[in-house]
Amino acid sequence: MLLIPCPYCGSRPEIEFRYAGAAHIERPADPSSAGDREWSAFLYERSNPRGVHAERWHHAHGCGHFFNAQRDTMTDRFVTSDAAAGGTSP
Amino acid sequence: MRFGLAGLLKNAIRQNRDWPEQWPSPQPKARYDVVIVGGGGHGLATAYYLAVEHRLRNIAVVERGWLGGGNTGRNTTIIRSNYLLEESAALYDHALTFWKDLSQALNYNVMYSPRGVLTLAHSANDIRVLKRHIYANRLAGIDNEWLEPHEAKAFCPLLDIGRDSRHPVEGAALQRIGGTARHDAVAWGYARAAAALGVDIVQNCEVMGIRRDHSGAVCGVETTRGAIGAPKIGIAVAGHSTRLLAMAGLRAPIESFPLQALVSEPLKPVLPCVVISNTIQAYASQSDKGELVIGGQADAYLSYSQRGALHVTGHTLEALCELFPAFRRLRMMRNWAGTVDIAPDRSPIIDKTDVPGLYVNCGWGTGGFKATPGSGHVFAWTIAKDEPHRLNAPFGFDRFRTGRLIDEATAAGVTH
Repeated sequence: MLLIPCPYCGSRPEIEFRYAGAAHIERPADPSSAGDREWSAFLYERSNPRGVHAERWHHAHGCGHFFNAQRDTMTDRFVTSDAAAGGTSP
Repeated sequence: MRFGLAGLLKNAIRQNRDWPEQWPSPQPKARYDVVIVGGGGHGLATAYYLAVEHRLRNIAVVERGWLGGGNTGRNTTIIRSNYLLEESAALYDHALTFWKDLSQALNYNVMYSPRGVLTLAHSANDIRVLKRHIYANRLAGIDNEWLEPHEAKAFCPLLDIGRDSRHPVEGAALQRIGGTARHDAVAWGYARAAAALGVDIVQNCEVMGIRRDHSGAVCGVETTRGAIGAPKIGIAVAGHSTRLLAMAGLRAPIESFPLQALVSEPLKPVLPCVVISNTIQAYASQSDKGELVIGGQADAYLSYSQRGALHVTGHTLEALCELFPAFRRLRMMRNWAGTVDIAPDRSPIIDKTDVPGLYVNCGWGTGGFKATPGSGHVFAWTIAKDEPHRLNAPFGFDRFRTGRLIDEATAAGVTH
């Protein structure tokens, strides 16, 4: 089980969290001019790295905050975690 | 060499000392017509159907490790085709038509056992979901029927259908032709049959790069055993698909997750069929050796660690022990995790890519084994003819641009 470093509560077991996918996904800057290919890339294409992965976690059964973290997908070790820009609390 | 009664008797008398190797281990040639990257079930089946149906003989399958050492050797061997959406049902049922005669076609016993797949309902919503599956399957000519709880109990006697259970059994869908096959034998059988047709199976050969010519089309692969030229390259590497596609500068709607499974100590025959519960996320069957082969849902986060968390298997075992109280004292022998590649709609991608000559078969997620023969068959067609087969045409990259997703996760009401 992962020990996840919530920036608000400290390290807590994985069962308190929900994985919320890759972080830093940028919405097309000019939505009305973006074509199907660009929208498809925004919605579905991911880098899926072997190594450090920037991702979002939701401390669902804790403080309720979303935050960003970096985790090595080969070892599952967390490198950093931060309060997400624009993160929401309950 | 074909297996037959005379050969079995002769080798039995000689104490099985003289069996020849099942397939040669050649040095890779400088050039092939097609290189298949990935020596799992799907890759080997693709090479076999390229050879047997499309008359291509100058083919190599390159495998990073050894045959049966990847996800093919880690899966839970279940075969069924009772998917809801017509595109998926057609694709998986295509595979089932091959399973029936696969041992004969390959002259290799893949131990296909149509023992029945029982999918349990635990709530009013489950009943609606499963009956909808059954009606959809009936319309598509696919075997699936509804059983009341006492009928499910008669089919699988150890199943607890008591009303005071935490997850009471409200009925079940039964696909009688579903069942299991020996996963290693599927890889070995395809390898042996493909090698007999002249396909080179090159193990311990990791692909490090994809070569492209001045026009941008593929012209070969860089491997740990040297460069291999080929105008057509088919990728069938499950969890590592995005890495291979990245070598050609492509991104894909695919992410990789751990999927765990475990086996119990061996028992006398107790579980006559495959039992699946989507609602409480557990499935089990009994191997011919007697072990219960048990699996559940994938872990929640992207990872290549091949570990996964203990609470996920714990959840699976809790659920299984609710259904089969008799299993509570069983010891688990070992557990393991594979890396599965999952598309956003939980359906596979079998398609040409934007790079000419590069084809990909990926995104099978948690349930690719059952599709092995059908997947290999349509992927071989796609590579040979440079266009999708009728059955895999809906399973292309294009669906993420047009919005025609094949959303089996939502259709099944489970995380799949």
